[in-house]
Amino acid sequence: MKKALLLPLAALLAAPAFAQPVDLTKSQLAFTLKQMGVPMSGSFKKFAANVDFNPAQPETGKADITIDTGSIALPTGEASAEARKKEWFNAAQFPQARFVSSSIKALGNNRYQVAGKLTLKGISRDVSAPFTATAQGKTLTVDGILPVSRLAFKIGEGSWSDTGTVADNVDLKFRLVLVNS
Amino acid sequence: MKQANRYHPLQVVLHGLMAVLMIATFAFGKYVHSLPLSPAKFQLMSYHKWAGMTVLALVLVRILVRLAKGAPALPGTMSPAARLVAHAGHLLLYVLMVAIPLSGWLMSSAYGIPVVMFGLWQLPDLIAANPELAPQLGQLHGLLNTALLLAVLGHVAAALKHHFIDKDGLLSRMSLRG
Repeated sequence: MKKALLLPLAALLAAPAFAQPVDLTKSQLAFTLKQMGVPMSGSFKKFAANVDFNPAQPETGKADITIDTGSIALPTGEASAEARKKEWFNAAQFPQARFVSSSIKALGNNRYQVAGKLTLKGISRDVSAPFTATAQGKTLTVDGILPVSRLAFKIGEGSWSDTGTVADNVDLKFRLVLVNS
Repeated sequence: MKQANRYHPLQVVLHGLMAVLMIATFAFGKYVHSLPLSPAKFQLMSYHKWAGMTVLALVLVRILVRLAKGAPALPGTMSPAARLVAHAGHLLLYVLMVAIPLSGWLMSSAYGIPVVMFGLWQLPDLIAANPELAPQLGQLHGLLNTALLLAVLGHVAAALKHHFIDKDGLLSRMSLRG
């Protein structure tokens, strides 16, 4: 009885969902950066994604992704802790980053381009990323890479702004597994 | 024919070069390890890895030269026990010279931070990224280095004993002239 009441309530609370539930256990938000020419990867363990995407009508699609900046994970605990500090993501003051799409275009051959606004550390910038969409059974897997200039968002201030050590470009790799109902 | 009474010049040069490089890499590694995370630490840690991989390359060359050219005879005055200790000590030094850079390389792979030689050539990962194993390999790297420090101190003490106490001219084996 209680469960029957709670379920629709939970659905209501998660309200802004557009259409498709996103399987967060299979979805990933990872990134790679280069320090001293050495590729290093990390990821955000916690994020929420509201996505509506139909490959047959890509232009009607939309995405709204909220990232918990404190959930950043890097190869060492020391680096993960550093990334939450003021000079980097300043997770205490800016606990969330957000991407809101403005348009999705088909590029042909199962390739698409999404444009939108990325807000990171209180700074908003227009960004654009190519992605592919692969249907498999009831799921649709969206895979793409968003190249970001970390300095445009003041990620890595002070001595960390030296791009000779940590390169300016960071590739954000997103994989969203959408479940078609 | 009598066995050569000194090492091949290439062995002498490699011995000196590696001694300098290993002492520098050891001290540098200790220093970098003590630093808090900073751009400088990233930079210096890369240099440390380059130096360590250079040691590994040099020791492999050195082992090949040793196998090809052998080693001069030990002084006839040395007891069988002293000979055994000398051989065991040298073997231990060779093992550590290979094992220490390898453990560093393994640690880098386990941390998911590959070694990129001189910022140009990425070396293959020896093992897949493994966050649990990585700190353990770090401890192993440290332990092996402590063992190397003790082995090198023993090596130097033995050389000084031969030179000043036994006065058997052993050190001339490792010199280019005289």
